[in-house]
Amino acid sequence: MAKITYHTHDNKTHTIDVQNGLTVMEGAIQNDIPGIDADCGGGMACATCHVYVKEDWLDKLPNKEDGEEDMLDMAFEPKSNSRLSCQITVSDELDGLVVSIPSKQG
Amino acid sequence: MNKTDVLIIGAGPTGLFCAHQLGIIGLSCEIVDNLDKAGGQCIELYPDKPIYDIPAVPECTGEELTNNLLKQIKPFKVKFHLNERVEQLKKTDNRWHVKTSGGVEFDVAAIVIAGGVGSFEPRKFSVKECEKFEDNSLFYSIKDKSIFKDKTISIFGGGDSALDWAIELSNTSKVNLIHRRDGFSGAESSVQKVKELNDQGKLNLFTKYQMDSVNGDKNIESVKIKHDEGEIKEIKSDYVLGFFGLIMQLGPILDWGLSIDKKTVKVNTENFETNINGIFAIGDICSYPGKLKLILSGFHEGALAARGCFKYAKPDEKLRFEFTTTSKAAQERLGIKK
Repeated sequence: MAKITYHTHDNKTHTIDVQNGLTVMEGAIQNDIPGIDADCGGGMACATCHVYVKEDWLDKLPNKEDGEEDMLDMAFEPKSNSRLSCQITVSDELDGLVVSIPSKQG
Repeated sequence: MNKTDVLIIGAGPTGLFCAHQLGIIGLSCEIVDNLDKAGGQCIELYPDKPIYDIPAVPECTGEELTNNLLKQIKPFKVKFHLNERVEQLKKTDNRWHVKTSGGVEFDVAAIVIAGGVGSFEPRKFSVKECEKFEDNSLFYSIKDKSIFKDKTISIFGGGDSALDWAIELSNTSKVNLIHRRDGFSGAESSVQKVKELNDQGKLNLFTKYQMDSVNGDKNIESVKIKHDEGEIKEIKSDYVLGFFGLIMQLGPILDWGLSIDKKTVKVNTENFETNINGIFAIGDICSYPGKLKLILSGFHEGALAARGCFKYAKPDEKLRFEFTTTSKAAQERLGIKK
């Protein structure tokens, strides 16, 4: 279990407990956090679960697999701290992770 | 006016198999899709990636699955309307009148929405002023490449479309290729070619840059691009092209009065009809308790929706359940000669 904080574009903050093994994307979808569309359902085949990860968490996350950076090319306003939230699997080590959701996904 | 029993919206695997099921029970159908080819997400998102969970097919690619489905519905001579998006819907008596973006009209007894997660639309620049120049000096696809001759073109993106057009247009235009990172997702051979052209001065490559702003009065005159580290460059441009892939949008379906929740359409699980009589929804676009977004679920949903369409298409007939193995009628429809 890890507490994950999502900053949404409407300047709201949602901190929720996400079970280990779920992804940061699934945590958002299951808790109706707005701004993560996840059109492809977690298959790394779209870029609609794009989030910005708080800088000090970046090197604690699992590395990007081949293809994630390619999909991020398609994301709305990608930055150096961009990740696809479907590729971040929650574990105890991620307790306290903070991500921001871009103003839109398309 | 195209008169047929059922209009299927979406030519992905679910829509294609639904066409098969309609054909088997003797109903005619036509299919509309916004893409230029059949296959939906399978062909657009993962044509070369393997799928392992199609029953009795241990492994196949998105493209193979699509081709096999097209082969399976060949006997029914289904008419496809590609590059068309369904826009308007009107009910007159017991028929639906449907109109597409390109003005194609249909008169049908029932509609099956197999629209996946929406129709594919080009992903656009996030810089707001870009809208002003869209279709005038800023494009997301190329219809007539002759307009670019002897002009300065700034192309944004790092996939195959961006690379291929940069290479092609560099023959007759001055091309700037701008991409947000050093790596490219396009084919390695194209990446090498672009780098060669850059070294020879036949193309200007800017990596780790993204668009900052577009400037111009009626037409674009220049674009400003911003480096990861903050430096801004202004480059003269007559045209700007953006190739950032496609996003999926529900579009006009949202306005039809369907019961929609989180970009999906609610259906019953008896025949996958929506809250509107005569409109069915199957595949990724439908939702019901326990819904799985799997292709195999879409096949099941399509089989039931096809039977649900029957009473609208042939109100005076009764549908009898039959197996294709033994049904003479089904085999005749499949064109099987014995």
